[in-house]
Amino acid sequence: MKSVGRALPHDSAARHARGTANYVDDLPEPPGTVHVAPGAANAGRGLIRSLDLSAVRSFPGVLAVLEAGDIPGRNDCSPAAGDDPILAEGEIRFPGDVVFAVVAETRDIARRAAKRARIEVESGSPRVGVDDALAAGSDLKPPYGFERGDAASAVAAAPHRLEGRLRIGGQDHFYLEGQAALAVPGEDDEIRVFSSTQHPTEVQGLVAAMLDIPDAAVVCECRRMGGAFGGKESQAAQWACLAALAARAVGRPAKVRLDRDDDMAMTGKRHDFRADYRCGVDASGVLTGVEIDLAARVGCSADLSMGVCDRALFHADNAYHYPAAAIRSRRLRTDTVSNTAFRGFGGPQGMIVAERMMDEAAIRLGLDPLAVRKRNLYRPGRDTTPYGQTVEEHVLPDIVGALEASSGYASRREEAARFNARGGPLRKGIALTPVKFGIAYTLLTLNQAGALVHVFTDGSVQVNHGGTEMGQGLYVKVAQVVAEELGVGMDRVRVTATRTDKVPNTPATAASSGSDLNGMAAKRAARKIRRRLAKVAGRRFGVEPDRIRFENGEVGPASGEPRHGETMPFAEAASLAFTERVSLSATGFFRTPKIGWNRDERSGRPFLYFACGAACSEVTVDTETGEMRLDRVDILHDAGRSLNPAIDMGQIEGGFVQGLGWLTNEELVFDQSGRLLTHAPSTYKIPTCSDVPADFRVEIYEPGRNPERTIHRSKAVGEPPLMLALSVFSAIVHAVASLAPGRVPPLDAPATPEAILRAADAIRRRDPAPARAVPAAAAG
Amino acid sequence: MRDAVRFVRRGRVVSLGGFAPTETLLDHLRLRERSTGTKEGCAEGDCGACTVAVGRLRDGRIVYEPANSCIQLLGTLDGAEVVAVEDLARSSDDLHPVQQALVDCHGSQCGFCTPGFVMTLFALYHANESPNRDAVNDWLAGNLCRCTGYRPIADAALACCGGPPRDDFARNAARAAALLKELDDGEDLFAGSDEAFFAAPASEDSLAELCARHPDAVIVAGATDVGLWITKELRDLPRIIHTGRVPSLRAVREEDERVELGAAATYAEAEAALGGIDPDVGEVLRRLGSKQVRAVGTVGGNIANGSPIGDMPPVLIALGASIELRLGVRRRTLPIEDFFIDYGVQNRAPGELLTRIRIPRLGPDERFRSYKISKRYDQDISSVLGAFRFGLAGGRIASATMAWGGMAATPKRSPRTEQAVTGLNLEREGTPRAAERSVRDALAQDFSPIDDHRASARYRLRVAGALVLKALDETAGRASGETRVRGHREAAA
Repeated sequence: MKSVGRALPHDSAARHARGTANYVDDLPEPPGTVHVAPGAANAGRGLIRSLDLSAVRSFPGVLAVLEAGDIPGRNDCSPAAGDDPILAEGEIRFPGDVVFAVVAETRDIARRAAKRARIEVESGSPRVGVDDALAAGSDLKPPYGFERGDAASAVAAAPHRLEGRLRIGGQDHFYLEGQAALAVPGEDDEIRVFSSTQHPTEVQGLVAAMLDIPDAAVVCECRRMGGAFGGKESQAAQWACLAALAARAVGRPAKVRLDRDDDMAMTGKRHDFRADYRCGVDASGVLTGVEIDLAARVGCSADLSMGVCDRALFHADNAYHYPAAAIRSRRLRTDTVSNTAFRGFGGPQGMIVAERMMDEAAIRLGLDPLAVRKRNLYRPGRDTTPYGQTVEEHVLPDIVGALEASSGYASRREEAARFNARGGPLRKGIALTPVKFGIAYTLLTLNQAGALVHVFTDGSVQVNHGGTEMGQGLYVKVAQVVAEELGVGMDRVRVTATRTDKVPNTPATAASSGSDLNGMAAKRAARKIRRRLAKVAGRRFGVEPDRIRFENGEVGPASGEPRHGETMPFAEAASLAFTERVSLSATGFFRTPKIGWNRDERSGRPFLYFACGAACSEVTVDTETGEMRLDRVDILHDAGRSLNPAIDMGQIEGGFVQGLGWLTNEELVFDQSGRLLTHAPSTYKIPTCSDVPADFRVEIYEPGRNPERTIHRSKAVGEPPLMLALSVFSAIVHAVASLAPGRVPPLDAPATPEAILRAADAIRRRDPAPARAVPAAAAG
Repeated sequence: MRDAVRFVRRGRVVSLGGFAPTETLLDHLRLRERSTGTKEGCAEGDCGACTVAVGRLRDGRIVYEPANSCIQLLGTLDGAEVVAVEDLARSSDDLHPVQQALVDCHGSQCGFCTPGFVMTLFALYHANESPNRDAVNDWLAGNLCRCTGYRPIADAALACCGGPPRDDFARNAARAAALLKELDDGEDLFAGSDEAFFAAPASEDSLAELCARHPDAVIVAGATDVGLWITKELRDLPRIIHTGRVPSLRAVREEDERVELGAAATYAEAEAALGGIDPDVGEVLRRLGSKQVRAVGTVGGNIANGSPIGDMPPVLIALGASIELRLGVRRRTLPIEDFFIDYGVQNRAPGELLTRIRIPRLGPDERFRSYKISKRYDQDISSVLGAFRFGLAGGRIASATMAWGGMAATPKRSPRTEQAVTGLNLEREGTPRAAERSVRDALAQDFSPIDDHRASARYRLRVAGALVLKALDETAGRASGETRVRGHREAAA
């Protein structure tokens, strides 16, 4: 009865389907619960000239209207920098910045009252996009980057030089459950906050600092989130703080649940980037040198942008060896909502640049883009990254080769070429792209986790750990690890809601690290109890504790022992331990070994290992309208020795489709004041069922095994699959490129119909005859 | 006259008198019943997390359709059965077949969208179809999932839906139908006072009379648009008149020469008849909203609200449709294109009611094409919608009617472009391409579209030209498999 490695359903699967899985807004409301709605000025950045809330206060049913001055402690909900006021003071930073909060008997009243505010703002000319910010030189943090070798000289000396600019759009998380929190006041200054958050410890600390009370007076709890994807790492705190502030102000439980439009306007998104690149390649498409400049829209505050922009740098190589490289980034302040973590955390924006260079080299040199990619992959001897870490594991050549064969890449590429040779508006493209994603927080401190395991005398087990469940299946994976360790069935193990009073001082559940960190911590906690039980059972059976086996819910001597075959149920062992006054509760703690990146010296090992995969996508594009159809996708992804192949498959497929949305339909449009115009699903289009091809062939890489000693040799799988969707973007590039062989379509992301048509028009040779008449110099 | 709304929940009739005219079904479920299995994802009918199944009598049998409870006004449920996610499993250790299929296929991750998917699949389970993947895509287009990538959910649908339903709802169908039949009393519903009411007259005469008496009341059919005035704009709508209970306004008549729709016929009710005019009309309908939206939204509402980006008006204009309006006892008829005067201004007097839409069938020498351009293929609002009707004589275009959505402040024809293609000989080599310059010039004179978050003005004009050429290409005989990435006519035929 092994637990690890089995394709078990999500621990809440049946509850999800019944509608009995509770999210924050579903919890039975304590009597007297009040409701909070945020109020914002609908204007661009500027000083608040006047703030008239009298009509809000006098609205029937309103209990209180809270402003910055009502905060007893620190007015900040930022993860570190101290630059995110919970309620604006004196100025607003972007349209949607929260200025006040209404506390009312019902949510409807609170929302209606909030609309009665009169706020005058003295707005200037806001800086909205990357170009505005670059022109103004408004770096929020100093530029940063790293170099290897003399990139500029290598590019200059190369047989072929390529350069270009790529614009990469942002992305809204569109978690189906919007931001929500419920704060319940306790005795004296104590308060308990139910928050839909990836980071309960941070919410605890920010609420405490806001109320000027000790951390120990606050408990933050999260049983599950209805999706998060990075959007509830730092962005959940503001709403938890407002709920807590309201609860303190009126002495009653208080709930905040954002309306979808408010949620989209008021919370951060994936960073959009402008990438400028120059690279040199030889005649076979092998890179000789690379220079990349990444400019990111950070928004109005630092939030997590330092880490995001750093990770973009760390992934600007994707899976390719750069013999000489200079990779630099600018972190630009704009008068827009502060951008934040989103699955991939800057990695995708770096990797798409690498893939653009591969496509450009192939198109310009008339080579098969897959051949170019394969030639540039890291391999022994060509294994040093631009940041100095050596790539030690080389699974990608095997993964790419296997997928090339299983997808029938070569013959399908020929078929696509034949299809395109017929002419006509419809064009086909196919692309096979790799993913290599570094696993570990690049900030060393965050690579730690705690767990708490209780065994009860009936043999049932409770597991608690610092990780949060956002749908990724962390709870079931950790339960599998604990069940395996204790040799009991999954039905005996229950993972309880994540709470800061059970496991304190935790990092956010992020960076794909949930299972790596918490699985290991829980395993250690379970192992402590197992060792104690082994002593108890060893005495009973007269064998050394290390000769006691825990299997199939039974405890007994190992094979080879005289009394082998005799066992007692796990529950009996637990009961015996209790009788003998042996503790059945233990904590476990884990810190990731080996890693450490010195940011100032630009040296060290930021990542423990790399998660890898590859995808092959085929598209058909209407080059007259820009419409696109995804015909088929093949994926081969390395999850190490998968803890749970069903859960991992869900991460792979779901991540791919989320990446597909980022690169195709999902377009964030801001107006000149910095207001988001696409703030609802009516205007912001995430993929729907028909955007996913019926021919979708996804496999987990069978030989996968993490060379590092991770939990049961598995690999992190949360973020990496998102970037498998880069294959779709490349396939579109190649479909469009068939219009004018040798020309690189300047396709920007997202590849909306309009963006595709723009790229097609840019390279289209409208009239071949006059083109020939143009002098060579002008045509070049 | 009745003063309480009545609907069926869990086998019992719920009768409610004192409810706010704007109360939504979702608020009723979550706040009154405390049935929190049904979720709010967007409160505007786009994400499907709040989906419930609404059962209504059709030819004596109960038919379940998915509906977005977030924008479904409680009063519009008069006479219906409402099924929510908690109602499906018989006991705490039993799952409904669609729930079991979702568990077995690993169809949930965060689980927040799952109740909505369960209810759409419940309606599909009861539709007694054996759906293929395309049909599943269509059924699920109104349910967004951000975690799974849909494949496992589609697999669950394929695994559990097909053949006659065998759940408790199927077993108790006769009893439930009898209950609904009892509720169908033909009485006018008027809940509230003259100052604030929800009314749902049961006959055309009383509906027309009530609208004339309360010209400032909001006339609501499916509320797929008005619902957002309530949930997003927080507007006070004290007087609401619902058209959905008038049988004569829900009638769909398929005649030899034309199709006649009652203005309160839902898209779902009109789908077959309109698709029978031309497969492209069917495809526009299929892509309009979602199953949830089409189950309650109406062609009449799509016209009456006068949106510049409604999908039906350009199609109906190109087809030469006319509409009937009624103010009190006076009826008038006008060509539908004359209804749209300017942005937000229609040819409708206060208290006047849109009652019928008459759509002529295509003649033997007529060809129809329509194309919808949107960021996402399914369940999106058009950037541009072009609808074309060509009259052919020999190989020539003898007449052209072109109507557009997304190109102007109203759904509008393009007279200069129509002129530019009239007389073209489609049998001559290279004809559509040769006409490109004159088509594009004419379009630029016909329209000055705007930049917005859906598309730029430049793109709109550019793609409109491409659509005219596509229509000409196809009319000249090119198969749509060579001209379109999706929505092939050959597949529909």
